[in-house]
Amino acid sequence: MASPQPRIGVVTYPGSQDDRDALWALAALDAEAVPVWHEEAELPALDAVVLPGGFSYGDYLRCGAIARFSPATAAVRAFAERGGLVLGICNGFQILCEAGLLPGSLLRNASLRFVCRDVRLRVERADTPFTSRCEQGQTVVIPVKHGDGRYVPPPDLDPAQVVLRYRDNPNGSVEDIAGVCNEAGNVFGLMPHPEHAVDPLLGSADGALLLASLVEAARDRALAAA
Amino acid sequence: MKATVLVRPKAGILDPQGDAVERALGHLGFAVSDARVGKVVDLEVNAEDEAAARAQVEKMCEQLLANPLIESYEIELGG
Repeated sequence: MASPQPRIGVVTYPGSQDDRDALWALAALDAEAVPVWHEEAELPALDAVVLPGGFSYGDYLRCGAIARFSPATAAVRAFAERGGLVLGICNGFQILCEAGLLPGSLLRNASLRFVCRDVRLRVERADTPFTSRCEQGQTVVIPVKHGDGRYVPPPDLDPAQVVLRYRDNPNGSVEDIAGVCNEAGNVFGLMPHPEHAVDPLLGSADGALLLASLVEAARDRALAAA
Repeated sequence: MKATVLVRPKAGILDPQGDAVERALGHLGFAVSDARVGKVVDLEVNAEDEAAARAQVEKMCEQLLANPLIESYEIELGG
């Protein structure tokens, strides 16, 4: 049976940098990648949305603090509240935290240094729409590149919301947390960049495990809706 | 009315900038401890009186200027 290409949007804010890589990676993994401009107050018909990395609005005040008020973020919030799949990568993770769609906050790296290298991550949960291609306990290698990636959870964070942990913590994140999901499990954010790791030529293809999981989950939803 | 908002990292939140400043001050020969680095936002607020201005700035802090999970804020009015 021919399976339809799920439509996955990638939001471009002023200062987004990794939107093109995200679009390219999703297309390479057989999704229809749809660019979404930050001024769009309504999303086109989508099966999932990605908020990419970068430095939206110059990271002024706090990372993600201004992007939270853009029209597209309001549309993404409504999409998430309807149960839509939302993935935030790096700056996208920071935006989702500032918007209250994910718990916690991301602060300056404990080293005060920008860190740009491959990191090893432990998959804590393989039962999410973003990690279904992984196995629980598996180690994946995905690059980070950020100056503000130190995750601080709220005091009441449910440990079940931790999806990824660093095996070699690059930024001082509390409890080595690298990625968290919301309580419902349809919104996920992580500091590492899976879209930069979808081809072995670039050092690792482990990022494709996460993005292919998302594409598959989005395809299931597209089929269910059809 | 002029308003000044002081935003500080909350107690218990690691502040590596404060630690770096503290170490640098130590190199200069100053005996200091507990250095913390926050930020200052100066505003001109249109409000009838001080109470109204304070109420507005409180809302600004809660909605944008500070992140309550990691930061505390203090408002100074006048001028």
